[in-house]
Amino acid sequence: MEVGQLQKSFVDYTASLFREGFLDGQFSQLQQLQDESNPDFVVEVVSLFFEDSDKLLNDLTRALYQQNIDFKKVDAHVHQLKGSSSSIGAQRVKNACVAFRNFCEEQNVEACLRCLHQVKQEYLLVKSKLETLFTLEQQIITAGGAIPMME
Amino acid sequence: MVMAAAESQFHVLAVDDSIIDRKLIERLLKTSSYRVTTVDSGSKALEFLGLLGDEDHGNPNQPCICTNHSQEVAVNLVITDYCMPGMTGYDLLKRIKESSSLRNIPVVIMSSENVPSRISRCLQEGAEEFFLKPVRLSDLNKLKTHMMKSKCKNHQMPENLEDPERPEESTATSSPSAETSEFQSPQSQPQLKQQQQQSQANNSNNNKRKAVEEGPSPDRARPRYSNDLTVVSN
Repeated sequence: MEVGQLQKSFVDYTASLFREGFLDGQFSQLQQLQDESNPDFVVEVVSLFFEDSDKLLNDLTRALYQQNIDFKKVDAHVHQLKGSSSSIGAQRVKNACVAFRNFCEEQNVEACLRCLHQVKQEYLLVKSKLETLFTLEQQIITAGGAIPMME
Repeated sequence: MVMAAAESQFHVLAVDDSIIDRKLIERLLKTSSYRVTTVDSGSKALEFLGLLGDEDHGNPNQPCICTNHSQEVAVNLVITDYCMPGMTGYDLLKRIKESSSLRNIPVVIMSSENVPSRISRCLQEGAEEFFLKPVRLSDLNKLKTHMMKSKCKNHQMPENLEDPERPEESTATSSPSAETSEFQSPQSQPQLKQQQQQSQANNSNNNKRKAVEEGPSPDRARPRYSNDLTVVSN
């Protein structure tokens, strides 16, 4: 594909991620913080988010499948995931965490398990979307183009 | 360029247990031309500030780091997460404000949760600002004022803060305007600046950023930028 075409699909794809609520303004903030002196800032932070989330979701799953569920612990994990997803602008993950925490407070096991499933799904979705976005970026750079600035 | 050089002398200590948020705040601060040190806990922050275990005295095994005098680790502002395992941001704030050698360092608290009682507790304890997370570049505009204020309060400044200004301005310490024209004599024209700052902040902040009511301490009677942004009732 030509650079121009790649750039156009990059712009369209990014716009769709915002439109569909996968990302919010915080992700734009990350993009704005990336410059020549820090060309990989977004990928770095988002990779940390992936690592952190994988671990948290594992911990959460383990905690929720215990005989005696420690809801304080569950809530602490969800709180962390909510914080990190909001820090990178993964809006739908964040929203799923908000709902999750309400059920932690109620100690509603079934609802918590439903929420866990939901959070996992949203996380995997945004993860694959972001990976697609980064691949596009890489292709543009390889083709010798510049990453279009998003407004 | 004098401006950038002088600003880069401001040293901010950022405290957050989340590595993602540390990365973010570090980048935000560096983009704003501050020198940044990040640590992942309140106790490491105290260690960096030279305040260990037994109250105001440094650990006897380590050289006493005296923040107000040592150029090496002079910290102009501490920005800390509220919710951390072990020592919370609130605990850290209290330790700093209880210490005779550190209490002049402005402290800013960040939290992802908008809990009014928490916010007022922090302000009562002497925090300069309470930022809701995720922190944005526009929030950081407010830090400068607090650093300027404490800079004026502390009569003796580390040399390296003054030096870059010498060629331009002979009275660097007494005139904060040397660094940023924006905050030129905040005492004399706070109203105007306040408005400018606000319209700026309002535009970029899309009602999410909660500013915070003015601190309760009487020595901070002059108008603050944050006063009428959004009011957090408590």
